[in-house]
Amino acid sequence: MPSLKDLRSRISSVKSTRKITSAMKMVAASRLRKAQEAAESSRPFAERMDRMLGTLAGSVVGLPGAPRLLAGTGETQRHLLVVVSSNRGLCGGLNSNIARNARVLIRELQADGKDVQILCVGRKARDLLKRDHQKLIIDTFEDWGRRTVSYGEAEQVAQRVLDMFDDDQFDVCTLIYNRFRSAISQIPTRQQLIPFPVPSGANDNEADTAGGEPAAIYEFEPSEEGILADLLPLNVKTQVFRAMTENYASEQGARMTAMDNATRNAGDMLGDLTLQYNRTRQAMITKELIEIISGAEAL
Amino acid sequence: MAETTEFELVSPDRLLVSEAVEMVVVPGLEGDFGVLPRHAPMLSTVRPGVIDIHEGGQVKTRLFVAGGFAEVTEDRCTVLAEEAFTLDDVAPDAANERLRSARDDVAEAGDAFAKARAEKAVSVAEALVAAVSR
Repeated sequence: MPSLKDLRSRISSVKSTRKITSAMKMVAASRLRKAQEAAESSRPFAERMDRMLGTLAGSVVGLPGAPRLLAGTGETQRHLLVVVSSNRGLCGGLNSNIARNARVLIRELQADGKDVQILCVGRKARDLLKRDHQKLIIDTFEDWGRRTVSYGEAEQVAQRVLDMFDDDQFDVCTLIYNRFRSAISQIPTRQQLIPFPVPSGANDNEADTAGGEPAAIYEFEPSEEGILADLLPLNVKTQVFRAMTENYASEQGARMTAMDNATRNAGDMLGDLTLQYNRTRQAMITKELIEIISGAEAL
Repeated sequence: MAETTEFELVSPDRLLVSEAVEMVVVPGLEGDFGVLPRHAPMLSTVRPGVIDIHEGGQVKTRLFVAGGFAEVTEDRCTVLAEEAFTLDDVAPDAANERLRSARDDVAEAGDAFAKARAEKAVSVAEALVAAVSR
């Protein structure tokens, strides 16, 4: 039976925990709104980018001079995984889901005899992956997403990936991040970044042309290859940026939910503890009274 | 009302403009080009500079873009810019300040990547200063 003093200190510690979690919940809720807006407003760019690239890629893919970012290196031996996670914890199962997803993919790839490298974006991915795959992690980006995710921060990550690709350090690059669906639902998503997956829509275009409906024939300025050479790296940056904003929104959503649960649990616990405290106190008073009375009777 | 074309200006973090316009002049890599309705389809690289939206023979809105891509079809003109904002928001001092800090960055840049990045920022800032003072 815990003493009154123990109970009192537990009650006060649970109380302060509840204060912290409810404050974190409110912070996450206000950031969530902004992050969600950011995630949603980064979608139009990515969509139009896809449309433009689809138009271009359809006409260039398969040609011998196609850029490497589009056509790949012709091999699939070496894989680079870019794992996007949050920098801070206390956001429920968000990061462990991502890490589990990454581990499954790593195991699959290794079972196929592929080489795997990992680039961590966010401290938590590194923390969770380093136990099993310490040797595969080549670098971690930590210093981002303090308030919001800026395009510059995403550009740094993307530039690193592009430099590595130019340096011929990997063949295929896959991005793993949490796609934001709602505050309570975030979906771990894998997306192939390099080579650019040519959408099936590009082939439809050709089918349209064959069907007598002429697809728009574009003029290119400066040239098809010139535009692609600029557009493809920009696409990589955009996709990384989108992954990071989506993940950031997911993080805030997950944290809000987790902290809401924690606050509620703390409230329940506080109720139980207070009840126990009052009972114990009453029991002690009764015990003391009995002692006094029986002492008086004995005289 | 005259025929219009759908103009959209998108930067990575938001959709800046989406409206029907009579004419828009875009700074292409190989020279400015005006887009009117029923323009031939084309794709072009955009250099840092100013996009002018024209209405009734007058420039209605001036927007600054820090480079990107433009897609033009018969009834649509889409510009993807790495950075974009309306020129009204920029004071000449701010533009000059940006150019100065960009030049400082070039001087301080450590590795080649930082330098290339800073030099790009300088050319963007130069275009901005030119645009503001015009």
